[in-house]
Amino acid sequence: MASNQHVKLFGTVRSPFVKRAEIALKLKGVEYEYVEESLSNKSDDLLKYNPVHKKVPVLLHNDKPVCESLVIVEYVDEAWTGYPILPSDPYHRAQARFWSKFIDDKVFPAAFKAAWNPNEKERDKGAEEAREALQILENKLKGKFFNGDSIGLVDLAALYIAFWLPLIQEAGGLDLYSGEKYPKLEKWGHEILNHPVVKGVLPPRDNVLAIYKTRFQNISASK
Amino acid sequence: MGDEVILLGYWPSQYGMRARIAVEEKGIQYEYKEEDAFNYNKSPLLLEMNPVHKKTPVLVHNGKPICESLIVIEYIDEVWNHKSPLLPSDPYDRAQARFWADFVHRKVYDAAKRIWTTKGEEREGEKNEFIECMKLLEQQLGEKPYFGGDSLGFVDVAFVPFYSWFQVYEKFGNFNMEAECPNIIAWAKRCLQKQSVANTLPDQHKVYDLAIWIRKKLGIE
Repeated sequence: MASNQHVKLFGTVRSPFVKRAEIALKLKGVEYEYVEESLSNKSDDLLKYNPVHKKVPVLLHNDKPVCESLVIVEYVDEAWTGYPILPSDPYHRAQARFWSKFIDDKVFPAAFKAAWNPNEKERDKGAEEAREALQILENKLKGKFFNGDSIGLVDLAALYIAFWLPLIQEAGGLDLYSGEKYPKLEKWGHEILNHPVVKGVLPPRDNVLAIYKTRFQNISASK
Repeated sequence: MGDEVILLGYWPSQYGMRARIAVEEKGIQYEYKEEDAFNYNKSPLLLEMNPVHKKTPVLVHNGKPICESLIVIEYIDEVWNHKSPLLPSDPYDRAQARFWADFVHRKVYDAAKRIWTTKGEEREGEKNEFIECMKLLEQQLGEKPYFGGDSLGFVDVAFVPFYSWFQVYEKFGNFNMEAECPNIIAWAKRCLQKQSVANTLPDQHKVYDLAIWIRKKLGIE
């Protein structure tokens, strides 16, 4: 199915959701054109291909758009053969979907609340929720990766924890994550950040840290 | 086949209804267990099978739990794949089905819930958001009898349970679904012709009475 088909990915360089789609494409060896979007000045194309949410990532495959990062990852897994991103067994597939959803429903909102909510009590609540969610993931993690010996859907979903979460924590002086509290997550983090495909797509760490620092500074300055 | 299938649900929950419709569509022999979810009277089985969220629905298949309604539908479709396919076979069409089921699950659910749990300007805003969502879904449906095409599909199963709550949204939101989105009403009634849906969806009045009771209990005025 694959060759001679035009694949385009609309994204922003620092988005964990966009990285999910990029890693999926690279794991399958798919050649694609990348289009960097500006969230404050969205292109006509982006608005045309994702009119409902107007967000990145958007995958365009032969002019047909696929939106929502986890939907894109499953689509990439099904449209191209090769590397299996989801397991083949229905029960394990259900588990992979469950934990990816858990990360999106529990980890992200809690971390955002802990970092950016204007109310201090809400920030504390967010931090508590984030720590609870991380503990559940810590307990769940058995092997080298969430997917076993190789990375899969849940690892792509959880990449936020390995790369972005520690940076937001450092920039904002938050208390969400520590290697001592979550040793298995810590080890998993090292493994996944050193995975050749993942390493190749991540934005520069200092760049992301600087951006977070500026955001936190702007918040304190406006108080 | 020798399969043991148990479905833990809560009668007014749209999530539980989804799982039940899917199981019924596939003609699976199953045991349904009603959870007393609102009174937080959760059964030991529920707590054992869904320790993370402690919520329904949970499908227990030969002792192994599957949680989260949309994930349950996909699991059922993959295991019992010999009849009544709920997801299309083409990857692109599957992606579209997943996208719209997710849209119903997050956007529609949130706006709908807030219609009857908020008041004043906030409620008005949520109602308008909900109606916008309905119009988008009408557009998606187009001329097709079902979102799944000629037969019930993933999006139909994800969305039709909301029909049992329409009276709640109409009464609290002060609008008329038939007037705002007649094609959605026509589609829902078409779905209700199916045994799986008719057997599952509770009566709108019963759901409305429950909503009143919940609001009182939660002190929402």
